[in-house]
Amino acid sequence: MLRLTNNPGTDTALKLAAVACVMFAFVFVVMVPLYDVMCDVLGINGKTSGSAYTAVPAQVDTSRQVTVQFIATNNDGMPWVFRPEVRQLTVHPGEAVDMLFHATNPTGAAMVAQAIPSVTPSRAAAYFHKTECFCFDQQPLEGRSAAEMPLQFVVDQALPGDIRTITLSYTLFDVTAMTGDKIAAR
Amino acid sequence: MGAHHHGPARGITRWLFTTNHKDIGTMYLWFSFAMFILGGAFAMIIRAELFQPGMQLVEPGFFNQMTTLHGLVMVFGAIMPSFVGLANWLIPMMIGAPDMALPRMNNWSFWILPPGFLMLASTLFMEGGAPAFGWTFYAPLSTTYAAPSVTFFIFAIHVLGMSSIMGSINIIATVMNMRAPGMSYMKLPLFVWTWLITAFLLVAVMPVLAGAVTMMLMDIHFGTSFFSAAGGGDPVLFQHIFWFFGHPEVYIIILPAFGVVSQIIPAFSRKPLFGYASMVYATASIAFLSFIVWAHHMYTVGMPVAGELYFMYATMLIAVPTGVKVFNWISTMWRGALSFETPMLFSIGFLVLFTIGGFTGLMLSIAPADFQYHDTYFVVAHFHYVMVAGAVFSMTAAVYFWLPKWTGRMYNETMGKVHFWVSFVGFNITFFPQHFVGLAGMPRRVPDYALQFADFNMMSSIGAFVYGASQILFLYNVIATIVAGEKVSDEKVWDGAEGLEWTVPTPAPYHTFEVPPKVDTAAAHG
Amino acid sequence: MSFKKSLFVAGAAMSSWPLLALAQNQVNMSPGVTEIGAEIYDLHMLILIICVIIGLLVFGVMFYSIIYHRKSRGVVPAQFHESTKVEIAWTAVPFLILVGMAVPATSTLLEVYDNDEAELDILITGYQWKWRYEYLDDSGAPVAFFSNLATSQEAIYNTEDKGQNYLLEVDEPLVIPVDTKVRFLITANDVIHSWWVPEMAVKRDAIPGFINEAWSKVSEEGIYRGQCTELCGAYHGFMPVVVHAVSQEEFDSWMAAKRAEKATELASASVELSLDALMSEGEAVYNTQCVACHGAAGEGGVGKAIAGSAVALGDINTHLDVSIKGVAGTAMQAFGGQLSDTEMAAVITYQRNAFGNNTGDVVQPADVASYRKG
Repeated sequence: MLRLTNNPGTDTALKLAAVACVMFAFVFVVMVPLYDVMCDVLGINGKTSGSAYTAVPAQVDTSRQVTVQFIATNNDGMPWVFRPEVRQLTVHPGEAVDMLFHATNPTGAAMVAQAIPSVTPSRAAAYFHKTECFCFDQQPLEGRSAAEMPLQFVVDQALPGDIRTITLSYTLFDVTAMTGDKIAAR
Repeated sequence: MGAHHHGPARGITRWLFTTNHKDIGTMYLWFSFAMFILGGAFAMIIRAELFQPGMQLVEPGFFNQMTTLHGLVMVFGAIMPSFVGLANWLIPMMIGAPDMALPRMNNWSFWILPPGFLMLASTLFMEGGAPAFGWTFYAPLSTTYAAPSVTFFIFAIHVLGMSSIMGSINIIATVMNMRAPGMSYMKLPLFVWTWLITAFLLVAVMPVLAGAVTMMLMDIHFGTSFFSAAGGGDPVLFQHIFWFFGHPEVYIIILPAFGVVSQIIPAFSRKPLFGYASMVYATASIAFLSFIVWAHHMYTVGMPVAGELYFMYATMLIAVPTGVKVFNWISTMWRGALSFETPMLFSIGFLVLFTIGGFTGLMLSIAPADFQYHDTYFVVAHFHYVMVAGAVFSMTAAVYFWLPKWTGRMYNETMGKVHFWVSFVGFNITFFPQHFVGLAGMPRRVPDYALQFADFNMMSSIGAFVYGASQILFLYNVIATIVAGEKVSDEKVWDGAEGLEWTVPTPAPYHTFEVPPKVDTAAAHG
Repeated sequence: MSFKKSLFVAGAAMSSWPLLALAQNQVNMSPGVTEIGAEIYDLHMLILIICVIIGLLVFGVMFYSIIYHRKSRGVVPAQFHESTKVEIAWTAVPFLILVGMAVPATSTLLEVYDNDEAELDILITGYQWKWRYEYLDDSGAPVAFFSNLATSQEAIYNTEDKGQNYLLEVDEPLVIPVDTKVRFLITANDVIHSWWVPEMAVKRDAIPGFINEAWSKVSEEGIYRGQCTELCGAYHGFMPVVVHAVSQEEFDSWMAAKRAEKATELASASVELSLDALMSEGEAVYNTQCVACHGAAGEGGVGKAIAGSAVALGDINTHLDVSIKGVAGTAMQAFGGQLSDTEMAAVITYQRNAFGNNTGDVVQPADVASYRKG
């Protein structure tokens, strides 16, 4: 056994103190990334990928239909008008689908929004691929202006057979304050 | 080690600078009792407001401060330090060691507690009030939506956590390195075993709590988004991290209580503890399992079904080693020669009521049923059965059991029995009806309720006042004993008691086992 | 009586316990009005009964000991202290009992998670301290409304009698058709809340930025009441859930009425309202949305006083700003997303003219709309 000092009691104590430090680091260095990895890989908690999916040309599975439902919610204090152009679409797995979300900034001031996606059932998240999404970036809008924000997605053919409906929900957050410097620079 | 001792110093400096495990144990015990009274006062305010429907005494925001502080003070200020105090007093004597492995760190472990709690209590007087987000402080209520005092709350948690970590390190270092010759691990009294295992749990998970509150601090003050969806974070991540600490925490609370009861029941059954080895393995199994079941506190959060099923199965499993322990205690009593002095009464009370709490715990582990129990008073009833009738009754039993050894004076047995019966009846009147209102639909952490819950709430409040009053009787008994109790000088105060601490003079000298005892290799373990 | 038979009798006796449900001093869970709720109730009773039986056996042995193995009876204590066989037995038997419990628990849980093939989708959003319901449909203007506690402050603070549904009544309940699988999509606007209706056996956390789903199929018409079940701030105990389960015909006509109401609401936003009309609606909005923090007489409390306040007596634009956008870092929320132009105009007019403020100011819905546009 490693002897650090003359006192075995102190030796034990130092080793345990090291364990305590490791456990503290464990929270930041292991638990947080592990949680994110589990979410990404397993699609747990309905988190979809934050980056674009590179679409592989694939067979469209015409034998199967999946309903994709769209929900748009404003978070606390977000005043934009934010809604999907359609409430739901019926798609085939493997088919690339385009749709739009409307956003209007009704205030007189320039603002920046961040859309956060969430999918239910959560195990469908791993099979819901966004090739293009306004949620990948922060969305700035001048005062009293509107935008059509595109979404392109593909439902993976490997989607479990018992999932017939996927709900994609975006929550829109006001991140103007967090990006204040960038706005001033524009 | 110096061989020259003058006995304890005089005056306040004795207590400020002591490195003596008995002195430090005493300070922990008195401090924890003061915290028990403080946390109890918060509970009295809660139950007074809940005596009738309607808001009579406090505002809803202040009520939430009371429930939050009640939980924090009881868990971190009353229960945990009280068992650390017991550990300090007893572990060195039980293993034949002269003191703890790191006596100066021992002093710091205690002395950072009063400032930590002063800081926590002072938040009541800050702008926006004390923390009001529950002792489980979920984000974002505890981050984005918290009052400014949250920063002091975080600092206080760090201080209390440091105290626990240092205390646990000391306990492990002591048990691993300072056992008297012949005191092998499988001869250790069960109280020492349960504390050894508890100390490992503490070293492992207290830093996780520190990590969680540090992440909160960063989210609040340094622009990170660990728990905020806006920045790509997740409020549910907080819950996973918190309960990764939180579930082992409840076993940290109860394992030393199991150890105490494992000392007391054999003493008053005049029979060795049944299944010593099983008890050790069961304790270790409970500790191991405690790491892998945390999300049963989160069944309604929207976990995927596979995760929910796994946590349900793993949680249900904990009933097995816990059941083994209950059967072993009862088998210890079986065909013993029982007597029912106060420590035994509290231990039997523990056995009955903790088991009931264990049954409601099993009910709660069943995930689909938990959709109806979660965040209702059914859960409040469950954890008060295991923490009050479990840990607190065990702690009370310990004080009655060892006080004569510590002080050389016997407590008043009649008063002790009255304390037990009033506590037992008061406790059950307080918490049994809470099962009913929980099943009937009353959520927890509410300052007011619908009319159909009124009668049981009134009953519960009355029970709470009765239970609270009986603790004053206890305090009186303890002080009267110390000051003027009938003197006891037998080393073995209780004829059935076993263990090295019962071989030293009564009262225990300031320094014991400066020369290690010879442990009889054939002796039964206590 | 055989063991099986006595179990049956016990079970039958306890199945009458649901009759105790919904009564004053209810002691047990209610099986409720859904199939899944009844399954959950049965599972609950099964585990409870097993625990009671084990408890009686275990405590029976212990109390036998307490009575017959007393020193005062002169018994000599035995010295046995271990038995590997017995340890194995009382490890294995409980394990098998647990496996037995896990089987029905698993099948019930899988059903709880079966959210597919719903006939109606409703988006539920938890706010501090109310619920918002939106019926998801393909029209560009779905039926959506807030559901606020309807119990008065006077009842809560004991100056008026409490009604039968004290703390469990709302201004706008959620209405759903019976015998229809309804899917709830649940999220939150600010902190974590939880939506629970005991008799429907649905409870799911509402997490800001994330969507959860749950389903229910109510088989009996009636009114079902629940509460928020996750601590969400000061008024956590004051945001009930009320669900009206009605026939399909009644549901259809209610929806039609709601759509018409919405059309009127949009139309009224450009109409000029009289001071009386604004004051009357404003008082109603005030007593639902503002009174808990600002007081029945505008005297303040958690929130600042409105009577004689600089905001209520000063520049109307400041008053609009505070009300629509809230005040960051305080408990004053952004009500802009929660009140229509008409409601906002009414409550601001009310605040400026009640409580002795008497400014004579009139704020019209069109003023609010143009303020929102900046």
